[in-house]
Amino acid sequence: MSEQTTAVKEATAKKTVRFEIQRQDTPDSNPYWESFEIDYRPNMNVISALMEIRRNPVNAEGKKTTPVNWDMNCLEEVCGACSMVINGRPRQSCTALVDQLTQPIRLEPMRTFPVVRDLVVDREFMFDSLKRVKAWIPIDGTYDLGEGPRMPERKRQWAYELSKCMTCGVCLEACPNVNDKTNFIGPALISQVRLFNSHPTGAMNRDERLETIMADGGIGECGNSQNCVVACPKGIPLTTSIAAMNRATTVQMFKNFFGSDHMVD
Amino acid sequence: MSRESDFYLRRLHSLLGIIPVGLFVTQHLVVNHFATRGEEAFNNASNFMGNLPFVLFLEWFIIYIPLMFHAFYGVYIAFTAKNNVQRYGTFRNWMFLLQRVTGVFLVIFIAWHLYETRIQKALGTEVDFDMMANILDNPFMLVFYILGVLSATFHLANGLWSFCVTWGIAQSPRSQTIVSYITIIAFLALSVIGVQAIFAFV
Ligand code: HEM
Ligand code: SF4
Ligand code: FES
Repeated sequence: MSEQTTAVKEATAKKTVRFEIQRQDTPDSNPYWESFEIDYRPNMNVISALMEIRRNPVNAEGKKTTPVNWDMNCLEEVCGACSMVINGRPRQSCTALVDQLTQPIRLEPMRTFPVVRDLVVDREFMFDSLKRVKAWIPIDGTYDLGEGPRMPERKRQWAYELSKCMTCGVCLEACPNVNDKTNFIGPALISQVRLFNSHPTGAMNRDERLETIMADGGIGECGNSQNCVVACPKGIPLTTSIAAMNRATTVQMFKNFFGSDHMVD
Repeated sequence: MSRESDFYLRRLHSLLGIIPVGLFVTQHLVVNHFATRGEEAFNNASNFMGNLPFVLFLEWFIIYIPLMFHAFYGVYIAFTAKNNVQRYGTFRNWMFLLQRVTGVFLVIFIAWHLYETRIQKALGTEVDFDMMANILDNPFMLVFYILGVLSATFHLANGLWSFCVTWGIAQSPRSQTIVSYITIIAFLALSVIGVQAIFAFV
């Protein structure tokens, strides 16, 4: 066989990729499964496959259907928008390479969050929680507050790791204690409190942030299954953050009860 | 459910699991071990414990009230988790599941055990070596008691680990791993003590 005929043979014996996608038309309608079979291209990821389906929305039975909806933004695993459950595990679809997945590739929305349509979920709960735990550093005043204290370089490098969180929701999807029976704000949020409390200016309001996680739905809801740290795509040391905040809230609890009126340090 | 007091209730639940309930369970298993030294040694120890001064006060405040709070709140915690060991089959996720399974089993076991012993005593039956030997004569009860003791030792040992994390004592992954090894040893030691005592009655 000449090289040419092999090439022709390979081209005609078309390789395809099979997808099983859990779809849902409206936030309240019932989910259903639909299969798709699309042509294989080298270096495909789940998003490029979804784009292929959008271009030609025909399911595996050859019937025309509606295009599958999903969310995306950065396409480089820094925004978190494209998170979904792929072959049983929550992760980002933009970095899920087809070559590394077993087929059929099963896509489901992260049902810990309300489903908007198909694979699109509403992560508003996390954004609200960020506001609730005061995940920012107050620098505004009625006059120029000047420069804040300097952050030691080694601490900055360490804090950078915690700041990589993209609020993707994967750790909430992985946590057995984040569900509709509890109102646990989730591992990421506890770690954010640690991040902002370790910033020299942020530390000026550390007691206020600790109070927010010592309330309903806060750190007390953690049951130490430690799935979050396994699931986080950014390798954030979530369980270390949780244990560190456990210690900080223990101290805060005693301070609140036995301490004086001086709360900050 | 939404309660502002959740954090404090959880901490209380965690604390009571060790002090006093965990300490009581350890003490109970150790005293039972007198059975391995014969009928008389066990009966003496059991009489000593059963006739401590203020025994009713001690029972209610060291055992019943803390245990009931821990157990009932524990059932609530256990049934609000959505376990997912199929998705994440890690050691810790299994421990998380087993902590809840053993907890729920312990409610059944402890209720039955109290009925057979403490409540019978209150109704005038003599609680002694012979009574336990009679209960454990039944192979079904023998298995039930072994499972009960192993559930308690597992739940206590794994609970000691999560206590260390819940209060922020063990923070780094390394310290948490070392505490895991220590609690595995505690589980094995307490299990041997507990199961040896059971076999002393058969
Ligand atoms: C033999 C008596 C018992 C002992 C010595 C005991 C001890 C403990 C300890 C030390 C903890 C660790 C607390 C922490 O996470 O910080 C714990 C947790 C727990 N216990 Fe118990 N317990 C007992 C009975 C029960 C019962 C009857 C239940 C009922 C279901 C139960 C349910 C739980 C649950 C669900 C947790 C996990 C709490 C969490 O991780 O948030 N326990 N127990
Ligand atoms: S901590 Fe990790 S898994 Fe959780 S939201 Fe942030 S990036 Fe996603
Ligand atoms: S599109 Fe931003 S993380 Fe995938």
